Amino acid sequence: MTDKKSSDPAGSPVLVKNCSVDTVVAAIMFVIGAVVVFEARNLGAGWTSDGPGAGYFPFYIGLIICISALGVAWQARSPKTRDEDAFVDREQFGRVLSVLLPATVYVLAIWILGIYVASALYIALFMIVLGKYPPLKSVVVAVVVNAVFFMMFEVWFKVPLYKGMLEPLRLLGY
Amino acid sequence: MEELNALMQGFAVVLTPLNIGLMFVGIILGVLIGVLPGLGGANGVAILLPLTFSMSPTSAIVMLSCIYWGALFGGAITSILFNIPGEPWSVATTFDGYPLAQKGKAGQALTAAFTSSFVGAFVAVLMITFLAPLVAKFALKFGAPEFFAVYLLTFCSFVGMGKGSPFKILIAMAFGFALAAVGMDTVTGQLRLTFGQSELMRGFDFLIAVIGLFGIGEILLSMEEGLEFSGKSARINPKVVWETWKELPRYWATSVRSSLVGIWMGITPGGATPASFMSYGLAKKFSKTGSKFGTGEVEGVIAPETAAHAAGTSALLPMLALGIPGSPTAAVLLGGLLIWGLQPGPLLFVEQKDFVWGLIASMYLGNLVGLIVVLTTVPLFASILRIPFSIIAPVIIVICAIGAYTVHGAMLDIWFMLGFGVIGYVFKKLDYPLAPLVLALVLGDKAEDSFRQAMLVSQGDLGIMWSNPLVGSITTLALLMLCWPLISRLLATMRAPKVDELAAQRPVD
Repeated sequence: MTDKKSSDPAGSPVLVKNCSVDTVVAAIMFVIGAVVVFEARNLGAGWTSDGPGAGYFPFYIGLIICISALGVAWQARSPKTRDEDAFVDREQFGRVLSVLLPATVYVLAIWILGIYVASALYIALFMIVLGKYPPLKSVVVAVVVNAVFFMMFEVWFKVPLYKGMLEPLRLLGY
Repeated sequence: MEELNALMQGFAVVLTPLNIGLMFVGIILGVLIGVLPGLGGANGVAILLPLTFSMSPTSAIVMLSCIYWGALFGGAITSILFNIPGEPWSVATTFDGYPLAQKGKAGQALTAAFTSSFVGAFVAVLMITFLAPLVAKFALKFGAPEFFAVYLLTFCSFVGMGKGSPFKILIAMAFGFALAAVGMDTVTGQLRLTFGQSELMRGFDFLIAVIGLFGIGEILLSMEEGLEFSGKSARINPKVVWETWKELPRYWATSVRSSLVGIWMGITPGGATPASFMSYGLAKKFSKTGSKFGTGEVEGVIAPETAAHAAGTSALLPMLALGIPGSPTAAVLLGGLLIWGLQPGPLLFVEQKDFVWGLIASMYLGNLVGLIVVLTTVPLFASILRIPFSIIAPVIIVICAIGAYTVHGAMLDIWFMLGFGVIGYVFKKLDYPLAPLVLALVLGDKAEDSFRQAMLVSQGDLGIMWSNPLVGSITTLALLMLCWPLISRLLATMRAPKVDELAAQRPVD
């Protein structure tokens, strides 16, 4: 997928460059590594009476993360190896958010409405809002897809899914 | 011929109407997964894993491994007809496959791709049949230090053979280990890295990580491009198949070479993607028509497909014989074994003969079934790609969410999946490899256990890693792999630099 990233050089304005994101990710990783090292020390990273302590292995893992994060940050900052390519431009970022934000709302909806109802709503709304499909067609697709899932999981393979507060088919024993 | 007898018994185990039916279901689901963006071998198998909970282990593994073969076949369809690699390992197939389709020879390209996939897988399965029992027998003598040395070799190979920054490979790997450490410590029973959250006690399941990293991450990446599919149509009729098959024996040298490359890269955790590129490069170098590669040469389709399938299949050898998977998908299958209560590793060949040989027999049959299914149903799957992305994308996200939920029946896992999706998207864009992360997450506990046991035996002396020639040579090889980026840089400064012309297109796997 890496080769397609520079598809529109004259497109919309670049939001961030790879080297900046690289540095940020390295910083986050360094913090994670430091937390792991700290926790491992608390657990006992040394030698206990009956062998290596619970923190022995994680301690070195945390250390590797920290050192490698410094390495990545150095590579991202040093003028020789820094990657000036666009990480994401405005249009791309908008497209990514247009999937990510609804997906977050969808996961929240699962919590309340259960998987089947939330999924049907999600597919229908996604098609209407982002795909510009006529509402009737969208609803039909959403319902059919979920009916197939229902048959597959609840009926054929007998794996019950999360139904949330609504249990429309409880009467039928599902 | 002890192996042949065992294999025949395996066929007897597998050849029931139910298992044959599951084989077809698995292959069709697998091709579907391979064709759809965002669903690949690893996360596809992970999502469908819960469906098999109620089956017997043998039926379950037959279906799951067939999904895997199907996904390997499916990747070729999108690369040839749409110039979109459905899977990273089919990137190299687009180089000659799509030009062939543009010339109106899509049927020929597809037949060549499917047939050579089959050949690659067949050679690899033959190898597994005879080599896996030997490796397992040998590994029965392994103690904790030996096992840790093999784990070390697995992970150091990622650094030594990976492309891109070694620091990023190390981070991805260590991040996986850190995530694996979350939860209850298996030896002392202490809670680690849970920060007082009882929900974190279960730790991070790698199936969730696989679904998020590969599924959601891939959807976000595809969405960024604003994908609009425009593909060539293909019809495969028996005449085209027959004409192509008559032509294929001419390329026997390429097939043999690609199979060997694939087998080697599959057993060592190089993976299918580098194998396909390497064998494409080699074919280009050795072929008489090498200069015409890239304009639609059948040989340029045969080479990467054979190698990718051979690698994908042989990745199961270390998984079966040692309990150490060679690829994320093999890791998911290994996770399946654990769920069904089977302990992967050398003892599997002794204690679960029926299961192991049933699996190996199903590899032969599954690939045959796969070849038949894909040759007859290509137009159907090509038409799936014409469904607009704004329908496919939400459906795939729904499938991922269901898959994440069914692993443990925990709501929190769906949130984790979303989080892993974002990590997958950012990591993919910054060329962090995902395979070491997943493997570290799977093997973290086991690698740590064997390390601790080794340390207990030696009372903390690292010298035990060189205590006998076997463990010593594996450890030394591992450290050599770890330092390979440094060594190769030193070598490069001494010699004139060699240009790797495929490097730019190669995805980090």
